Amino acid sequence: MRARWAWTITVIILVGIMFSYTQDELRTTSVLSFSLRYAIPLIIAAMVGLVCERSGVINIGIEGQLLMSAFAGFFGAAATGSLIIGTLFGIGTGLIMGAVFATGAVAWKMDQIISGTIINIIATGLTSFFYAQGQVLPASTPVVAIPYLKDLPLVGPVLFNNGLFTYAAIIIVIFLQIMLFLTIWGLRTRAVGENPSAADTSGINVQRTRFINVTLAGGLAGVAGAYLSLEAAGTFERGFTAGRGFTALAIMIFGAWNPVGAFAAALFFGLTQGVASQLQADEVVDIPPQFINMLPYVLTIVLLAVVAGRVRPPAAVGKPYEKD
Amino acid sequence: MSSDGPAQTDLGFTDPNPTLGPKYGVVKAFAIPIVSVLLAFAVGGILIYFQGVNPFTAYRVLFESALGDSDGYLRVMQKSTPLIFTGLAVVVGLRVGLFNIGAQGQLIVAAIGAAWAGYHFDLPAVVHLPFALGFGMLCGAAWASIAGVLRAYRNVSEVITTIMLNSIAIALVDYLASRPFKEPDQPLSRTPLISDSAALATFGVIPSGFVIALIVSLFFGWFLIRTTEGFRFNTVGLNPNAARYAGISVKRTIVLAMAVSGALAGMGGAVETMGVVGRFEPAFNAGLGFDGITIALLARANPIATIPAAILVGILRTGANSLQFETGIEPEVVDVILALTLLFVAAPIVSRYIFRINAKRKSKSKGRS
Repeated sequence: MRARWAWTITVIILVGIMFSYTQDELRTTSVLSFSLRYAIPLIIAAMVGLVCERSGVINIGIEGQLLMSAFAGFFGAAATGSLIIGTLFGIGTGLIMGAVFATGAVAWKMDQIISGTIINIIATGLTSFFYAQGQVLPASTPVVAIPYLKDLPLVGPVLFNNGLFTYAAIIIVIFLQIMLFLTIWGLRTRAVGENPSAADTSGINVQRTRFINVTLAGGLAGVAGAYLSLEAAGTFERGFTAGRGFTALAIMIFGAWNPVGAFAAALFFGLTQGVASQLQADEVVDIPPQFINMLPYVLTIVLLAVVAGRVRPPAAVGKPYEKD
Repeated sequence: MSSDGPAQTDLGFTDPNPTLGPKYGVVKAFAIPIVSVLLAFAVGGILIYFQGVNPFTAYRVLFESALGDSDGYLRVMQKSTPLIFTGLAVVVGLRVGLFNIGAQGQLIVAAIGAAWAGYHFDLPAVVHLPFALGFGMLCGAAWASIAGVLRAYRNVSEVITTIMLNSIAIALVDYLASRPFKEPDQPLSRTPLISDSAALATFGVIPSGFVIALIVSLFFGWFLIRTTEGFRFNTVGLNPNAARYAGISVKRTIVLAMAVSGALAGMGGAVETMGVVGRFEPAFNAGLGFDGITIALLARANPIATIPAAILVGILRTGANSLQFETGIEPEVVDVILALTLLFVAAPIVSRYIFRINAKRKSKSKGRS
């Protein structure tokens, strides 16, 4: 039922894109590029939530993890003059934030929602306090065009002419899809998220699996954060993650806890935003800018309301594991 | 498996360890928040020290500017008032097992609602005051109800919807204040001033909004513990399955609690508009919602304990500006102190390491797991 819906919508959108490409090549390409750029951090952040929830942990703190690693990535790069070191700073901070969250939510068996909220509030406090004005990046991130593929019509300029983070995001999604469903790690992770008692009985260390997965997911949040400040924005402002960590959770749900599904959901989000911005810029419709800004949030709520009853989260999600 | 999504877990206001004896709960209720606040100040002091300022000087400046004279008292009470309301809003949610992190959105929607009701109408004060206040509460309740209904009937996590509604509210009030409700012939995006008949008076140094906040806290202290509806709230929060078995409509209780929570946050916004600002200006009420979470957890979801917790946060927020003026320390240090307070209160750091005796007794009686 749900799959048919998803396919119908996908086909309609693809046909729409084709049609629009025949009408106006330049605009279509620019809208699609915008959509992809918009979707990339959401995709990676959705993978953070996905790895955590597949292991049985709700991660509400993605927002804070993004913020901290975007901060560390930007100021690390600005201070050392190296984008690579900045990126490593971002990922390292993500891992630390992941470990901190795992300590609360897994090791200490705290309420997972409260642990995540603490991560968010601490991240807001620390990044506002240590924020410094007037820092600039040493360079903008390089755009890597992939030979031959970049010359394809439509998909060439959109997909194969991007920064490295964009390719990284696509690789992460495919990698996780394979890891989750075709490897022992994936099987263990899903077992821990669906039925931790059974997993425990069969010799899987539930607590350790959860702790490691949540920490590694933090590293992914580091990638998304570094992308935001180093590639997407090229700067850092207080609170500039703007709720992406929460939207990512919604995207994870639309994708039914599947990496590829979440990828599609994030692209849909990006596309909506891209089309709305283009309509606004072309003055086709006179919508106040505030309503354009609202769009991703309204869309999140509407889609959650439609989808939430139809998909099933991992059974043990949200519950700290207690040995009987 | 219940169909209600994540199971209700311990939110900190029930004693999770009955083995620790009856006194443990009392000690915990008072000692943990106090020790947590002191620890947070200590860590904040280290941050201040590394900024090249004597932490004791900084803290003296902070507290003196907030509590040094009657002007300071007034500002502390004005700052604390919406915080008591947002704290209560979060408390009511926690009691039902809901995590309302959208008090911010509910508050600003109500603030602009009260401002509109305040400037658009010309009524005698007897009617106008309750009307503007009530309209603000209604706006807050309606805003929160979106999340409540979705949680009850579509099983959508209220955490995601309330945070999304925050962002929507910010954009919405920005639009309202810059287009339809905008004060004419003014460069700023803000509403006109409310009429005198809708303004809450300040008696000496005591703003009447603060008094309302105290009364409402006391009312909820009574409501949650002594009334049938309060009992329903607590039962649904502690065990929704047991509540359903006992014939309580869980869905109805969730929707009602979310509406009450939103009305409380909304009251905070309305009182701020009618008693302090006098109109709606975007960005005036930033951050109050998240402080509400800290306050609610610091108060361990007790409505009456919300009062001292909110006053403490109010003092810090009032003193923060003078801190920057006199010592050059960024006022955001207060955000760090509050975040640390929340960490120490909610995480078992304090209860585990400060009350080591209890913890040891626990591990002996239960064995290491």
